[in-house]
Amino acid sequence: MMENYLYIALFAPLVGSLFAALFGNSPKKLFTGIVASALLGLAMYASIRLGIHVASTGEAIHVNLKDWISIGHVSIPFGFVVDQVSVTMMIVVTIVSTMVHIHSIGYMDHDKSFNRFFAWLSAFVFSMMILVMSDNFAGLFIGWEGVGLCSWGLIGFWYHKEDQRKDGELTESAFSTLSPHSAVSPSWAANEAFIQNRVADLAMLVGLFLIFWNLGSLQYDVVFKEIGTLSHGLIVAIAIFLFIGAMGKSAQFPFNTWLANAMEGPTPVSALIHAATMVTAGVFLVIRANDIFVAVPEVGYVIAALGAFVAIGAATMALVATNMKKIIAFSTLSQLGYMFVAAGLGAYWIALFHLATHAFFKSVLFLGAGNVMHAMNDEISIKKMGGLKKYMPYTALIMTIASASLAGFPLLAGFFSKDMILDAAFASNAYVLWGVLWVTAGLTAFYSFRLVMYVFYGKENWSHDEQHPHESQWYVIAAMTPLAILAVVAGFGEGSYHHFVTHLLPNWEGTHGTTHYILVALAIVMSLSAIAFAVFKFKSSNTYFSEQFKNRPCFRILANQYYMNHFWDKVVVNGYAKLAQFSWKEVDLKIIDAIVDGIAGLIYSGGKEGRVMQTGNLSKALKIMAAGILVLLVLLVAFGNK
Amino acid sequence: MMVTLNDYLVLSAILFFIGFLGAIRRKNLLMLFFATEIMLNAVNVGFAAISHFHADLTGQMFAFFIIAIAASEVAVGLGLLILWFKKKNTINLDSMQKMEG
Repeated sequence: MMENYLYIALFAPLVGSLFAALFGNSPKKLFTGIVASALLGLAMYASIRLGIHVASTGEAIHVNLKDWISIGHVSIPFGFVVDQVSVTMMIVVTIVSTMVHIHSIGYMDHDKSFNRFFAWLSAFVFSMMILVMSDNFAGLFIGWEGVGLCSWGLIGFWYHKEDQRKDGELTESAFSTLSPHSAVSPSWAANEAFIQNRVADLAMLVGLFLIFWNLGSLQYDVVFKEIGTLSHGLIVAIAIFLFIGAMGKSAQFPFNTWLANAMEGPTPVSALIHAATMVTAGVFLVIRANDIFVAVPEVGYVIAALGAFVAIGAATMALVATNMKKIIAFSTLSQLGYMFVAAGLGAYWIALFHLATHAFFKSVLFLGAGNVMHAMNDEISIKKMGGLKKYMPYTALIMTIASASLAGFPLLAGFFSKDMILDAAFASNAYVLWGVLWVTAGLTAFYSFRLVMYVFYGKENWSHDEQHPHESQWYVIAAMTPLAILAVVAGFGEGSYHHFVTHLLPNWEGTHGTTHYILVALAIVMSLSAIAFAVFKFKSSNTYFSEQFKNRPCFRILANQYYMNHFWDKVVVNGYAKLAQFSWKEVDLKIIDAIVDGIAGLIYSGGKEGRVMQTGNLSKALKIMAAGILVLLVLLVAFGNK
Repeated sequence: MMVTLNDYLVLSAILFFIGFLGAIRRKNLLMLFFATEIMLNAVNVGFAAISHFHADLTGQMFAFFIIAIAASEVAVGLGLLILWFKKKNTINLDSMQKMEG
C-alpha cells in the first residue's frame, strides 16, 4: 500500500526526534544519533518508493489523516498529497537530511548536547515534510512555522556563547565577514532568524486570510481551480503577500541578514537549512502556488528582478569574505536568487530542478566545510588555512567537485540547472536579468574556487604546534559521497525530470538552435574563465586583493555586507526599541496607567472618606437608613414611572 | 360630617411619622420598640381603612398578620432586651456600639 509509505516518510523523522528527545538531558548516547539517522534513512527509502510510484503511474497519492478544523462551512483536514512536486521535495529533503544526520554523528562527536541536537534535527526534517506534503495552505503554514521554530533551536544550539562586539574594526566586528565571528552570538542569530521570519510570516498569513476570505477554502485543488474567479487586484495582493512570506523564509532582500548570521549554528545545521529544510521552502511555496503567480505575470517579473538583484548582491558579498561558512551562505543566497528568477518568469520546473541540484552540491559543501572546521579546531577564516589537501584528501576532492558544480563547470549538475535559468531569462526577453545572472555566474565560479584554493592549496597559514588537521571518520566521508555523486550526475536527469514534473507544473521551453548553443557557450566561457582566473591568480600571487584595495570604500561595503546588518540593527531594531520606550514611558505610563490608577484612587478615596459613617452606633445607623429611604422615595416620586 | 378614607390615611400618616421620629430620636431600646409598634399599627390603620372602603377583606387579613408578627417580634425582642439588661445593666443604644468608624 502506497499510503503506508507516505506515513513512513512523514512520521519516521518525528519518531526519531521524539526518541532522541527522551534522552535530551542525558549525556551523549551514540544510539540516539544512530536511531535518528536510521529512521531518516527509512523515510528516504519510503520517499524514493513513492517517487518511483508517482513516476510510473503518473498519479498523485492523496490521504486524509483526519479532520482538523471543522466548523460550519470551514473544513480544514490534515490532508497530505504526494504528487510530482511534493515527491521531488521529499526525495531531496530526505536524501540530504539522512546524509546530514550521519555526518552529524561524527561532527557532534564531542558535544555534550549530542542527544538534544538529534531531537531538533529530526524535528526540523519532520516540519519540512509536513510543509511539502500538506494538501492545503494551513498544513503548509504549520510546517512553515515548525521549520522556523526548529531553525531557532538549532541556530542557537550553542546558546551559552557570549555576545561579540557589533562595532569596531573590520577584523573584529561581528557584522563583518572578515572577523572570526559569524554573528553577535548564536542566541542572537537564532532570535534574528526567528523574528525576521515572523515579520515575513505576518504577510504570508494575510495572504492566506485573503485566500480563505474570498474562496472559502485553503485546499490547494480548490484554491487553484477558483483563483481565476477573483478580481485581478485581489490576486495581485494575494501573490504579493504570499511572496513576502517566501522572501522571509528564503532570505531574499531585505530579509537576507539572518541567513549569513545563522552560520553561528553547528555546520550540519547550516547544511540542512541551506539545502533541504528551510530556505528552499520559500521557492517551494512559489512553485506550489504557481497557479496564483501565473495569473499575475507582473508580480512574477518583480520576483524575478528581486531574485537577480539578490543573486548578484550576495555574490559580490562573497567575493571578499574570509569567513568560510559565510562565503557558502552567500552562495546559497545567490542561488536562491537564481531560483526566484526562474520561478518569477514562469519556468517553475526549472526552479524546482535547480532547487534539487543546488541541494546536493550545497549540502556537501557545508558538510565539507564542517570537516575542515572540525579538523582545524573550529577555525573559520580561510586565510588561516591552506594546504589542507595533503591532510584531508577526500574532503578536498568532494568540496572541489561540489564547488565546480556550484560554479557551473560543464556537465556537472549545477551547470545544467543554472544554464537553464540563464536560458529562461533570455527566452523571456529579460536581457538585463540574463546579463546580471551571467555576470553572477562568473562571480560564483570565482569565489567558489577562491575558497577552495585558500583552504586546500597554497602554503599552510597555520602552525603545526596548534593545529593537527586530520581526515574525518570514514562514515562521515561515506555520508558525503552519495551527495557528491548526485552533485555530479543529477544534471543528466534533466530530460526525464522535465517529462516527469511537467505533468503538474506548466511546461516551459527555452531557446532553441543557434541561440541556445551561443548562450551555453557564453555560460561555459564565463564560468571556466572565472575558475581559471581564481586558480592562476592564486598560484601566481597567493592572494586576490591588494592591500590598497582593502582600504577602498567598496571593499569595506562588501566586507560589511552592504551595511544591511547595521541597517537592521540601527534603524529597525533601534527604531523599534525607541518606539517601545515611547509607548511605555509616554502612552502606557502616562495615559493607560493613569486612567487605571485614577479609577482605583477614586474608589479608594471614596471608601476612605465614606467609612466614617460606619460608627457602629445603632441610632446613627437608623438615621442614615431613614435618610436613605427618604432619598429613594424622592427619587421614586421624581423619576418613577407614572 | 362623614369620616372619609382620607381622614383615616392622614391619621395613619401622622401615627407613622410619630413612630418614625421616635425610632430616630430615642436612645432607649424599650422606647424604640414602642416606636416600632406605633409605626406598625399606623400601617394597620391604613390597611383596615382601605379594606373597609374598598370592601375587600385582604387588607384586614394583612393587618392581622402584621399584628401576629409584631407580637412575636416583640416577644423575641423583649427577651433579648432582658438578657442585654442583665449583662450590661443598661438598655441605652449607645452601649451597643462596638465598631469604630
